[in-house]
Amino acid sequence: MASESELNAGIEDGVRRRDFINIAAVSFAGVGAVAVVVPLLNQMNPSADVLALSTTEIDISAIQPGQAIKTSWRKQPVFVRNLVAKEIAEAKAVPLGDLRDPETIDQRTKPGKENWLITLGVCTHLGCVPLGAAEGENKGDFGGYFCPCHGSHYDTAARIRKGPAPKNLVVPPYEFNSDTVVTIG
Amino acid sequence: MSFPWAKPYEPTHPLMKWMDEKLPIPRLVYNATGPGYPVPRNLNYFWNFGVLAGAALMIQIITGIVLAMHYAANASVAFNSVEHIMRDVNAGWFIRYAHMNGASMFFIVVYLHIFRGLYYGSYKAPREMVWLLGVVIFLLMMATAFMGYVLPWGQMSFWGAQVITGFFSAIPIVGEPVREWLLGGFVPDNATLNRFFSLHYLLPFVILGVIILHIWALHIPGSSNPTGIEVKDEQDTVPFHPYYTAKDGFGVGVFLLIFVALTFFSPNTLGHADNYIPANSLSTPAHIVPEWYFLPFYAILKAFTFNFLWIDAKLWGVIAMFASIALLFFLPWLDSSPIKSSNYRPLYRIFFWILVADVLLLGFCGMQPAEQPYVILSQLGAIYYFAHFLVILPIVSRIERPLPMPNSITEAVLAKHATDTASASATA
Amino acid sequence: MVRPLGFLVGLGFITALVLAIFTTPLSNEANVAHEFHKHPRHLKLASDGIVLPHWDKAQLQRGMQVYKEVCSACHSLNLVAFRDIADLGYTEGQIKTFAKGFQVPSVNPDTGEPATRDGLPSDYFPSPYANEVAARAANNNALPPDLSLITKAREGGKDYIYSLLTGFQNPPKNLPAELKPGTGLHYNPYFANLNLAMAPPLAPNQVTYADGTKATVDQMSKDVTAFLVWTAEPKLIKRIQVGYAVFFFLLIFTVLTYLSYRNIWADKKH
Repeated sequence: MASESELNAGIEDGVRRRDFINIAAVSFAGVGAVAVVVPLLNQMNPSADVLALSTTEIDISAIQPGQAIKTSWRKQPVFVRNLVAKEIAEAKAVPLGDLRDPETIDQRTKPGKENWLITLGVCTHLGCVPLGAAEGENKGDFGGYFCPCHGSHYDTAARIRKGPAPKNLVVPPYEFNSDTVVTIG
Repeated sequence: MSFPWAKPYEPTHPLMKWMDEKLPIPRLVYNATGPGYPVPRNLNYFWNFGVLAGAALMIQIITGIVLAMHYAANASVAFNSVEHIMRDVNAGWFIRYAHMNGASMFFIVVYLHIFRGLYYGSYKAPREMVWLLGVVIFLLMMATAFMGYVLPWGQMSFWGAQVITGFFSAIPIVGEPVREWLLGGFVPDNATLNRFFSLHYLLPFVILGVIILHIWALHIPGSSNPTGIEVKDEQDTVPFHPYYTAKDGFGVGVFLLIFVALTFFSPNTLGHADNYIPANSLSTPAHIVPEWYFLPFYAILKAFTFNFLWIDAKLWGVIAMFASIALLFFLPWLDSSPIKSSNYRPLYRIFFWILVADVLLLGFCGMQPAEQPYVILSQLGAIYYFAHFLVILPIVSRIERPLPMPNSITEAVLAKHATDTASASATA
Repeated sequence: MVRPLGFLVGLGFITALVLAIFTTPLSNEANVAHEFHKHPRHLKLASDGIVLPHWDKAQLQRGMQVYKEVCSACHSLNLVAFRDIADLGYTEGQIKTFAKGFQVPSVNPDTGEPATRDGLPSDYFPSPYANEVAARAANNNALPPDLSLITKAREGGKDYIYSLLTGFQNPPKNLPAELKPGTGLHYNPYFANLNLAMAPPLAPNQVTYADGTKATVDQMSKDVTAFLVWTAEPKLIKRIQVGYAVFFFLLIFTVLTYLSYRNIWADKKH
């Protein structure tokens, strides 16, 4: 350690560089603190095993025309419905202007596979599971689905027609792998 | 907390003035860690470990809260939930390894902090309360660390819980019922795991509370220093901020470097392979050892192999192990020397270093199987441990003739600089 | 008061310890097995150490083949999912096909009876036995351990696993009778008590490697051990890589804090 006078001499011309060092040290601490927050927040995102279940393959060969099944994708109910010609015609007959959430049935199914209506079974009002997928359940006033919680009625294309729900039942992303197997997600 | 030479807090900004009237947190911070807390100017690096222990606790609390979001305290899934964290949770492996090695870092830092206190007589008047609260923190840390080690529900978790709770069964008559009460069963099982998880989450916050008391009690007399001479006036001190915040910043940097090297490059070195085997109540690992930070105490436990008086060996071991920590509570009164710093205590200093070597020896013996020569070494080690505190220390503090001491911290600092300059010019 | 009482207590402990010293025999009971027990041989893998470790994917793939064709007959791999083998360099399509080759437990949707179905990438390697009792019953009451964590769950780690796999041999002539392998046991000097319930699992050319590597016992042991190092810690390489970034960041930070500390203290003697 040098004497008092030598130290003071050193400070005189070094002030700028030395202030810079203090600022740099504090800045590094700040950057480090932010960097460590990333993994601490990222851990709350879906983990690898959850993401691995984010696509589901469904075998639709057993669903007869006019029937529907309830399956699940990402732990949410999914309705897969094999529409008959009459139901498709009913859906097509509705003028778009009458719909709360205007969409044609063609927009809600895949080309050439208009009879396969695949939607989430989650009412767009407050998230209840609508009835109508299983045999004998209330299909509502429009022959599609009926949500018992607050009385939303969906038609044969699962579009909202009556009741509080604001939107049609959501069509999840899906692909036909073959005529009988669909991958959702 | 008020020293005549402390800078008073004088808010200038209207907002700070307003705040000072309603909730004077800025004043508290200023007087606790800001320019309002004058600290002896001659502290060496051993005075960094208090702040580092606080940093280690914060790391444990933060990583622990995050782990608790994914861990499941149920005997049938606990092991796999930890592996789920290691494999599937985003950055889970990092957080889990940080928590695991963070516990070791916490103990390394706290042990250095304790030995600093032993060498420099930090436990002596007027800081007895600081020391007593520190021993309480140490005990709480041990309980927390033990219960945390049970949570992954591996073989060492299970058998560690079995052995430690087995201590209680050494107590005559009430021992066995107490043990069953602690476990909620006859062996560690789901009930044990659940209550340990609950307490493992609770105790760190209790530790935090006692740390606040520890710092509060410290700030009444102010920090001690390597000379052991109390502060006499302002020139003996520097304000905590920026002087010791800067020095602690550097200390935190070095601490984190070691912590990171351990966590990323060698995370399992301080652990035990058996804890990667799921708990099995029907098969004991060949060699049960606790985590490294308990090894000296474990060696003391194992050193007692003889039924003496009406107490059997097992109970002697358990009593001695608890006594080896409990005697720290009496340290301020066992050592009657008015001199704090071992720098001026030639005789005690020798015994201090023997104690350091002794605790390291006990730690080494704690790791070994119950074979010779480790048994006799741990017996000799335990003899010295008790002799040091209960026999040697009270005698030494009576017969010792201290070295001449400077009159003040400033005088010591100036004398040190004079010799430094002299030797510098001599070499030049 | 404290000092006299402390003195008495100290005397009590010390007397108990001194008596313990004089009553404990100074010699150990002879452990003959120690003489024959061998320390594991070192196995060098690409994933070792902290100097640029990496996964040797070709080796891991071969190791997985050994696990699938040999080890999986008795040993489970519960913690590894088919999706995880993307780390080994397999494509999504290959993983799907690979998973399909396994039957995983399921429930017959019509009867509720236990059944099996084709594996999916999200499924885990299925266990060879339904439960521990079945595993013991099929193996002479010895439980084949799960291999997911085996290289972390044994002292000696990968070296031990490699040594064990290559260490089967005839018992030495001077082996005392009580250490000779009994019925259903096999001599292996790397195993703690020298006699292992597992029969030598590997024989030359037991598997046929697609990449043409010669399938010697040593090669297969190396490969499957490398694979088990991966299963024990799939994040190992990432850990080292992130570690370097964090370490060098902190190194610069520490140097800066040191300079800052010297700077702030420059005018203070201490």
